[in-house]
Amino acid sequence: MSVEIQSPGVGAEAEAPQTKRRTESTFSRVAKYTSYKLAMLFLTVVIAVYLTILIANMGGYVDEIVRGQIREFVGQMLRIDPNYQQMDPEEKNEFFQTQVERAEKRYGLDQPFVLRSFRYLWNAVTLDFGYATLMASDTGSRQVKLIIQDRLAPTLLLIATSNLILFFGSIGLALSLSRGYGSFWDRFVLAMSPTSSAPSWFYGIFFILIFAAILRWFPFGGMIDSPPPRTQWAYILNVGKHLVLPVGAIITSAMFVSIYNWRTFFLIYSSEDYVEMAKAKGLSANDVQNRYILRPTLPTIITSFGLLVITLWTGSILTEAVFHWPGLGQTTLTAIGLYDTPVIVGLTIIYAYLLAITVFLLDFIYALVDPRVKIGSGR
Amino acid sequence: MQNLKKNLRELLKYPSAVIGIVLIVLLVAISVGTLIYIPRDEAVRLWRGGDQVWGQNPRTAPPVWTNWFRSEKLPETIVRDLDTEGTTVERSPRDMGENLVAVYTFEYTADDYPQDILLKFTSDYTNRNPFVSIYWITPDGREIRMTEQGIGYNTTYRAVQDDALERRVGGLSPEIGLFDDPNTEELDVLKGTYKVVVDALTFEDDSVVEEAELILHGKVFGWFGTDVQRRDLSIAILWGTPIALAFGLTASFGSSVFSMIFAAIGVWFGGWIDEAIQRVTEISLTLPFLSILIMVGTFYSKSIWTILWVTVLLTIFGSSIKTYRAIFLQVKESPYIEAAHAYGASNTRIVFSYLIPRMIPLLIPGLVLGVPSYVFLEATLAALSLGDPVLPTWGKVIYDAQSNGAVYNGFYYWILEPAVLLVLTGLAFAMVGFSLDRIFNPRLRDV
Repeated sequence: MSVEIQSPGVGAEAEAPQTKRRTESTFSRVAKYTSYKLAMLFLTVVIAVYLTILIANMGGYVDEIVRGQIREFVGQMLRIDPNYQQMDPEEKNEFFQTQVERAEKRYGLDQPFVLRSFRYLWNAVTLDFGYATLMASDTGSRQVKLIIQDRLAPTLLLIATSNLILFFGSIGLALSLSRGYGSFWDRFVLAMSPTSSAPSWFYGIFFILIFAAILRWFPFGGMIDSPPPRTQWAYILNVGKHLVLPVGAIITSAMFVSIYNWRTFFLIYSSEDYVEMAKAKGLSANDVQNRYILRPTLPTIITSFGLLVITLWTGSILTEAVFHWPGLGQTTLTAIGLYDTPVIVGLTIIYAYLLAITVFLLDFIYALVDPRVKIGSGR
Repeated sequence: MQNLKKNLRELLKYPSAVIGIVLIVLLVAISVGTLIYIPRDEAVRLWRGGDQVWGQNPRTAPPVWTNWFRSEKLPETIVRDLDTEGTTVERSPRDMGENLVAVYTFEYTADDYPQDILLKFTSDYTNRNPFVSIYWITPDGREIRMTEQGIGYNTTYRAVQDDALERRVGGLSPEIGLFDDPNTEELDVLKGTYKVVVDALTFEDDSVVEEAELILHGKVFGWFGTDVQRRDLSIAILWGTPIALAFGLTASFGSSVFSMIFAAIGVWFGGWIDEAIQRVTEISLTLPFLSILIMVGTFYSKSIWTILWVTVLLTIFGSSIKTYRAIFLQVKESPYIEAAHAYGASNTRIVFSYLIPRMIPLLIPGLVLGVPSYVFLEATLAALSLGDPVLPTWGKVIYDAQSNGAVYNGFYYWILEPAVLLVLTGLAFAMVGFSLDRIFNPRLRDV
């Protein structure tokens, strides 16, 4: 919002909107819209991250746990160390108080939680992830950034593979189904679409049962054999072998409903008059499909692609757990189990930022692919 | 009302919807039956009770009906005590105490050996404890001495752990050696009538052997089998049904109805209310849903109802509110709303009597289609060990099975039973939902 006030164009527009609108350049219109959109998205991210901080700290309750630990520790020190046993009770009590205060100050507990939560928020928003309380990265570092970095590549490998196959596969199949409306395969997909109500981890268990336990074709889980193969090709092949079942599970769980939805969507668009017209003109089926069906549906296709990436990002927690895939989903689970607040918050921030960036970019991609959409107009 | 009836009649034209409805009715019947015959406290006792509740059950035994598909039948659990019909009990007094001779008889027809052979004794004495001798009589008349030992107030004799007996039956593990046919080279079960004789002596006037129970743990159990703790899985399978239905229906109903109401209010009043609702939606869409639920489950409460409310709260402001809003924006412009506004209908009246009813055709299929995903959500959370700590649910069974390596160890029934039920529940609602969608939104019927 603040960006908008600083820009001189906005003030001028407010004074004389009628005359200004016509002369307003595309550039300033886009700039204005972009800054508004960015500000709103940023605000959303900040609030979402703050909520996560509150939840992950249990509204300050985690602090109480730390405080209790400090008191117990200092008390124990006074009781056990012979140096302190000579002190008279009053002196001892005073010493206890100062020690506790010092320790609390070191942990930053002398400030009220509200203040500290804002400091956490500032760190989070500026992408200063800080240090984990218990977890460590593969190299033994406590830095949340490194912990996440370690796990990002496996997650992206899993998600990108399954996502791309799922997306382009289902669109391709849906297009061919929409041409052969009412055929056997069309009705088959229709009948199978309820299977998508089961999540991917669920199929994962079955896949492990069938292909790993009974048929022994693929490994039960993990990303690489131990010890890993030496040559690079063998290594890639090995990872690929471990990838088959989780990717298969993710694709199976989403495939049928995805094909079904796309097929319905394409059917609606292929009954438009201009498509009939194109067919009547005698254009080839491929031309009709590419120019008259795919082109106008492109914005929707892109949106759903963006949203699919985000859903799979969250949806992979259990699939990763079932397949022992060393990705971010597993990290989230471990972090929550260990009450490791900085890691949880770090993961949420990345998610929130990724989501915001996707939403932001989608607007521009819309304008690029759909000439009817103009950025910043009609709002 | 007339309309609703017509729609229902139409629903019965779809075979998949009929199958779905039959499945749902069946599941509801199971739920009601379970709630009546196994009340909550009884279920919790049976599921969390401890060894005295399920000590008689074998460990990780598949269901009995798996025998139908096996050429080699697995044994069922055999239990004989002093009161069982066919057991002969003779108590004769002695100078001090009594002499109890009990003969248990059982038919053994299975093709495999039992899991374990136990004898449980309860006795009463002051100083000198009773003494028992146990003999095993095979169908071909061999008599094998099992043990001679003193017994306490509660003593369990486990044949499997008796090394001396193992030596006596030729180095085979006792549960195999006692049933093995000695006339054949390879291991096979000698079928027929077995007898176990318990000869007990007491050495004080008031001392008695109150109960002596023979248990042969089978390798199949009940309709649903047992888990690694010997618990009867039927409790969890049956109790999982009402829980899954309650969770799925409440969550789906709560989230879709409330998000529709919020969308209607936002659209009708517009201005800052609309803006606020939209912003809240965007924030809640930015929150990672599953992570938040896992955090709530880990940090605050694992109770299934807390999780349910948080789920509803997070999904009210989900993507569906945007769809509803877009449609309400169109409905708001329709002439009948304008007319209502013109004759002075109140805001509440317009929102609840004119706007929302228009959306019911969209609401009902969405609501039914949403149920499976929430049923699976409960299972997902339980599979993350965030299930309700007391009640048994399908998800918890899957979690137990997973964490005990059911798939690796070949206990497929353990994971397949809850999984199949989850799939059936999901399919039932999905099939009805898809058909409802086609009836209420006729546009879809053409394509």
